[in-house]
Amino acid sequence: MWKYTFKRLIQGVITVWFIATATFFVMHNVPGDPLADAKAVSPEIRANLEAKYGLDKPVHEQYLIYLANFLRGDFGISFAQQNRYVNDIIYEHFPVSATLGILAIVFAGLGGVLWGALTALYRNRLPDVIIMFLVILGISVPSFVVAALGQLGIVNANNFFGTSLLPAVGWGTIAHMLVPSMVLGLGTMAYLTRLMRSSMLEIVNSDFVRTAKSKGLPPSRIFTNHQLRNAILPVITVLGPSIAAITTGGFVVESVFAIPGLGRYFVQAVQQSDYTVIMGTTVFYGAFLVFMVIVVDLLYAWVDPRVRLE
Amino acid sequence: MSSARTPDQTFDRFAGRQLLILALAGIAGITLLMVLLGWASSLTGASAGANVAVDPVTKTITLHMSTEPPQLNSSLATDMLSGMVLGHVMEGLLRYDQNSELAPGVAERWHIDGNGATFWLRKDALWSDGQPVTAHDFVFAWRLALDPENASQYAFILHPIKNAEAITRGELPVDALGVEASGDHTLRVELERPIAYFDKLVAFPTYYPIREDFYQQTNPRYGAESDTLLYNGAFMLTRWVHGAHLRLEKNPQYWNHEQIQINVLDFPYITTDPNAALNLFKDNKIAQTGLAAENLYEAMERRWQIQRFMDGSVFFVEFNFRDDRATKNLHLRKAIQLATDPAELVYKVTKLPGYLPGESIFPVWLKGVNGFFRQEYPAPAPTMDLDAAREHLAQAKRELGEIPALVLLTGDNPLSSLQSEYFQQVLRKNLGLDVRIDKQIFKQRLAKMTSGDFDMVMAGWGPDYDDPLTFGDLFASWNPNNRGMYANAELDANVEIAKTSLDPKTRMDAFGEIQRILIEDAAVLPNYERGSTFVVNPAMKGMVRRAVGLDPDYTYAYIDEP
Repeated sequence: MWKYTFKRLIQGVITVWFIATATFFVMHNVPGDPLADAKAVSPEIRANLEAKYGLDKPVHEQYLIYLANFLRGDFGISFAQQNRYVNDIIYEHFPVSATLGILAIVFAGLGGVLWGALTALYRNRLPDVIIMFLVILGISVPSFVVAALGQLGIVNANNFFGTSLLPAVGWGTIAHMLVPSMVLGLGTMAYLTRLMRSSMLEIVNSDFVRTAKSKGLPPSRIFTNHQLRNAILPVITVLGPSIAAITTGGFVVESVFAIPGLGRYFVQAVQQSDYTVIMGTTVFYGAFLVFMVIVVDLLYAWVDPRVRLE
Repeated sequence: MSSARTPDQTFDRFAGRQLLILALAGIAGITLLMVLLGWASSLTGASAGANVAVDPVTKTITLHMSTEPPQLNSSLATDMLSGMVLGHVMEGLLRYDQNSELAPGVAERWHIDGNGATFWLRKDALWSDGQPVTAHDFVFAWRLALDPENASQYAFILHPIKNAEAITRGELPVDALGVEASGDHTLRVELERPIAYFDKLVAFPTYYPIREDFYQQTNPRYGAESDTLLYNGAFMLTRWVHGAHLRLEKNPQYWNHEQIQINVLDFPYITTDPNAALNLFKDNKIAQTGLAAENLYEAMERRWQIQRFMDGSVFFVEFNFRDDRATKNLHLRKAIQLATDPAELVYKVTKLPGYLPGESIFPVWLKGVNGFFRQEYPAPAPTMDLDAAREHLAQAKRELGEIPALVLLTGDNPLSSLQSEYFQQVLRKNLGLDVRIDKQIFKQRLAKMTSGDFDMVMAGWGPDYDDPLTFGDLFASWNPNNRGMYANAELDANVEIAKTSLDPKTRMDAFGEIQRILIEDAAVLPNYERGSTFVVNPAMKGMVRRAVGLDPDYTYAYIDEP
């Protein structure tokens, strides 16, 4: 187990290095100039700017400087926010995205498992039909629509009751977190519901469930230990990539609800050709995802004793 | 019929109950998690906004921002939002008053002539830590903005000062700058050449003071946080949670603080989404927001006070004058000019409230000798004339042969799309020209503009200072913003007159000539002057909007409950 973990971590480091290198060279070859602004500057001011940001050196030299700084954990200073360190940007904004992401993934995971189990239990009856219809909606309606509708719903409810039930925009308290995290988790929840439902249906008819029933085990134990626990495995498998989708895909929700998360820096940096922020956020998210995939693999072994980590 | 349940039904019942228990446990778990996360994020300093948009008890006005200022070091600031925040928390030698006229700021008196300027600073102007604002603070700030190591993009705005340009180039040390403090309260400026609008320049953020000891203490984080900035304006920034919240409170050290009626300007919402801002306004959480065209109807239905103003920017189509481009040909440009109509574009295509059809690159609000420039020098704008246009096209074809497809470079927002499609459609219909739209995001469009990879490009310009020259030198051959590389010796000569002459009439005549040349040469096709429509909470009065300088300005705002 320890050996396996160590091996995976080494692979992870190589993956992150590869992500950093690929991003660096792709970024430098995409048209767009981090120093260009709406108002053009004279050549001498331009030269001063290039010297300040080290862009006057050849690209391979910039790459080596970048790697050296990266190893020291220094991502440099943002081009767009000229006196903020990229490290500070990540440090200040990732916790917000993570909070939102954790809540969303918990909503999605819990909701997916519960709704999935429920629909399997009531298969082909009314609750199943209704929930599966909502699931299709949840999968097909994009998050920016759900986010805008959710916000409009809050505002209309506030106007209707004449009091502030929930804040429509902003961040800071539990009330601020509720709707955005549900919106963010909705698509994943719908997807997990479907997954859980089919996986439950498969398990319900399996030999070991029949054996357990004929052995006379209490139904609650069969349901929880035999059915749920086995049916949940595929859900855990996709949880890793889902965490990826949710933590990096928060941009739209963050923008609609004015949440100061890392998502907007991640997206805007690309539009602004903000080299240091692109590198910082990409490498950080890359490392985060690689780490989450390793964690999910370890978790898998813990839930399913049949899996041996070699 | 038997009332006994089958074994399967019994199982389902137990399983259902089990599922309910799990669900309840899950909800309890989530609630606990949320409480924990709520507590954790309160530690990181995120905060909720005030409850109402306008609070007469605490004299608080709550507002939103589209994005946060990149930073608040006035020597480096370039964007509108930094300018907006800095304009409230800092004060230059001069400022704009309620009527958008220049008024004394830190300087109580000033004298400007051909060779230089002298500013006498008021003795009661203080920094937020209680120390006096001195002439040395201005000397330091101006040198800093010109220092090549600091690499300020707006260094050029200080170039009228003696030796400034040479310092930017690194040819002279910063202390060679023609500005000196004689005593703490007199600032003497030597100018490189006579300039008629220096008083208007010193109201610009790059000219704001910076105190040396504080800057050295906080460098390189000066202006990055609320506590790494020193304030001398009507307000001070007391809270800045990045990406989330800016809070401006009345500065008790400000010399004119008795005239400031608002205690707090709070910006607890930062979102680029205009619908989110509108929702906040509906929810009575913010006191002012812009309106998009599609929200106008709802705004009228709700009987909101809708207001309009011109934000000062002009938008136009630039041609490429590089040798390999068909658009270098005068007759082709003339044909395009005569076959299009900005009024049709504004009133029938884009249909945005408050927009004016563009007739000249000089917008209508610019002041001339006595009144408005455009009234004294009406733009000789051509009227649409298809016969003349086709004649020009025929002439162009004789000179060029067949006209290749023209590349129209444009931005990726809905308005640019409408605009570019208008040109594509009209030129095909009226002239049979083939126009290819090249839609690019901002930075990519800039890259293509700079490298000259276009025939026509949608561009715009917002003023830096309140003088026609801020538009007038745009198409001078030496201007890096002249992306199409238009070069006309007569225009250059007039720009030179406008830059160096001190006589208002001579200067305005020169701008009149520039306007005429650009239209006659069809060097640029003005599209529109941008307008903006916004709604304001009726309890907030005294907000000032202006095309040049601090906008929107809440310095003179007050609360008046209806």
